[in-house]
Amino acid sequence: MTQIFAYVPFNNGQAEDVALEFPEAAKKIDASATLTAIVTGSGADLDSVAGEMSKIYGQVIKVDNEALAYPNAEVVRKALVNIVPEGSIVLVPHTTFGMDIAPGLSVKMDAAYAADIIDFQGAEGTTLKMIRQELGGAVSTHVTADISAGAVITVRPGAFAPVDGGSAGGTITDKSGDAGDLSSKRQFLEVVAAEIGDVDITKSDVLVSIGRGIEDEENIEVAQELAEAMNAVVSCSRPIVDAKWLEKSRQVGTSGQTVKPKVYMAMGISGSFQHLGGVKGNPFIVAVNKNPKAPIFQVADVGIVEDILEFMPELTEAISDL
Amino acid sequence: MEILVCVKRVPDTAENEFELNGAGNDLDRDDLVYSVNEWDNYAVEEAIQMVDNVGGSVTVVTVGDDESEEVLRREMAMGANNGVLLSDDAFEGSDGNGIASILKAEIEKGNYDLILTGAQADEGAGQVGGMVAAMLDYPYASLVNKIDIIDDKKINVGREIEGGNQEMNELQLPCVLSIQTGINEPRYVGIRGIRKVAKVDIPVKGSADLGLDADSVGAAGAKTRRVDYFVPDMGEGAEMLEGSTDEIIGKLIEKLKAKGGL
Ligand SMILES: Cc1cc2nc3c(=O)[nH]c(=O)nc-3n(C[C@H](O)[C@H](O)[C@H](O)COP(=O)(O)OP(=O)(O)OC[C@H]3O[C@@H](n4cnc5c(N)ncnc54)[C@H](O)[C@@H]3O)c2cc1C
Ligand SMILES: Cc1cc2nc3c(=O)[nH]c(=O)nc-3n(C[C@H](O)[C@H](O)[C@H](O)COP(=O)(O)OP(=O)(O)OC[C@H]3O[C@@H](n4cnc5c(N)ncnc54)[C@H](O)[C@@H]3O)c2cc1C
Repeated sequence: MTQIFAYVPFNNGQAEDVALEFPEAAKKIDASATLTAIVTGSGADLDSVAGEMSKIYGQVIKVDNEALAYPNAEVVRKALVNIVPEGSIVLVPHTTFGMDIAPGLSVKMDAAYAADIIDFQGAEGTTLKMIRQELGGAVSTHVTADISAGAVITVRPGAFAPVDGGSAGGTITDKSGDAGDLSSKRQFLEVVAAEIGDVDITKSDVLVSIGRGIEDEENIEVAQELAEAMNAVVSCSRPIVDAKWLEKSRQVGTSGQTVKPKVYMAMGISGSFQHLGGVKGNPFIVAVNKNPKAPIFQVADVGIVEDILEFMPELTEAISDL
Repeated sequence: MEILVCVKRVPDTAENEFELNGAGNDLDRDDLVYSVNEWDNYAVEEAIQMVDNVGGSVTVVTVGDDESEEVLRREMAMGANNGVLLSDDAFEGSDGNGIASILKAEIEKGNYDLILTGAQADEGAGQVGGMVAAMLDYPYASLVNKIDIIDDKKINVGREIEGGNQEMNELQLPCVLSIQTGINEPRYVGIRGIRKVAKVDIPVKGSADLGLDADSVGAAGAKTRRVDYFVPDMGEGAEMLEGSTDEIIGKLIEKLKAKGGL
């Protein structure tokens, strides 16, 4: 019988949303498998999250240890290797924590590894069929994993429908005694908060957001003019910040700001999930991209195949003439 | 500091429009433009800057075929001192774990203080660095956007986590780090730079040189397999506005007005 374990990360006593999504993922892997949530940490926060999880999962394992107070992936990994039975499937979210822990965990468990899975198509014998994306979402692939010795799988947050939860009435088992040696050659020091910039893009109802399609620092002016005409603010994708053309505080995405505008103008942005992860509240998305196959067109409300460097000035002019 | 940087040759997402081949099971690879994985340039730049500061050398390594040599030369033109190509028919069909096993064998033959990889490559898995570290029992940190060398035994690194916050960690050397974009500004490499290293000898090593058991790598050792590529049915998708640019702008303005954009 397949055993699936879902590692549920939490912040300030609050489980990440993916906790509600793992059950659907597990069901698609094997509806007859037993599903257990694992929470690790220390003290009251851990207890409250374990309690919350028992409303969603039939079984919850909690591991309480001072060394786990901050989720240092290297330390959590050691605990999981000792607690998860051989041959199990472990689900972790594909987040910065998941990317930190999962590949090494698969090596230590001698299990298959599959990253950033967006759908499961069930198992045939010991072969699990899954769907993922490559090349920044430009193409999708079917992949299979031999799960006879177990698997570590990171699932994309938001890819699986959340369950309602609330009434599972699960049991909580304390496995703190089984965590084993938690010493590590990596010590967590502190979290340094991101710098606050001069504009707060989260406050604007309309964002003119530019991506690598802007091509050159000098062209940013064109976006600024459009933003002015629309009474909007300029935001951007990560490569624009990496190139130091705009401040980090203007970056939209999982490693930047989460915005909830009414209208989001994606100008020369391909539509990677890390970018779209920062666009919330179901805004009206307008995408302009010269590539008709850009993944952004799958999520936008309105799509336009044009060169943004020509299109934006014309749009600015037309709006100014209104 | 002896630094090894792992690099991968990948289809360039900025230069290509990806199409499936006639059979619909693979990319149409005939006209694809390849380059070095974006993240790896940041890793090589960081390595070069560290060596400039504290001495040592930078070696770049890739698992690939003959054509992968060009990415090694590019990174050597940036300033990496040595290049190594790991290539063998037996490596074909390796999954991430297989690639990591091959790299581990090469790492064990050297005397490296620091192994760098990119945070992720074209396939978006971000797997190879963490696997190599676990195989070697070295500490690992992913998504690194800051490195401070403390002494020859330890370094402090910042990991970029959600919201752009930075998680600071102290790691003992030797260790493996995966590098996130934005940690530095990779230097530009011109044709002239590439020409300079065109004749430098790049050793090629196969499974026998690395002492690898052929069953542990390649398709035989792979637990994961890519079955095919496909275009997903995404439902409706965007309403595409068509016509002349003037017509498109007219339609767009109406929609923006209706949705509170104007
Ligand atoms: C852990 C992690 C966290 C990340 N966090 C974020 C994040 O918070 N935010 C973020 O944005 N990214 C993030 N990324 C990076 C992300 O994976 C993508 O690499 C990035 O979003 C791509 O940005 P882009 O769409 O601007 O560039 P590209 O993917 O290069 O797309 C550029 C687009 O512009 C189009 N184009 C080019 N020229 C023109 C033109 N003249 N006119 C019209 N269209 C044109 C192209 O067709 C293409 O679709 C993260 C990555 C990792 C690994
Ligand atoms: C034609 C083809 C067939 C394939 N068949 C399979 C298959 O059957 N099963 C399967 O699982 N995979 C297959 N692959 C994928 C291949 O094995 C990948 O190279 C491997 O999975 C690691 O790539 P990644 O993009 O996941 O790397 P990531 O882990 O995302 O890359 C992170 C970093 O690891 C390092 N790195 C990654 N790859 C290399 C490399 N080759 N050399 C040196 N450093 C590297 C780089 O520093 C990179 O920045 C195939 C690939 C191709 C092109």
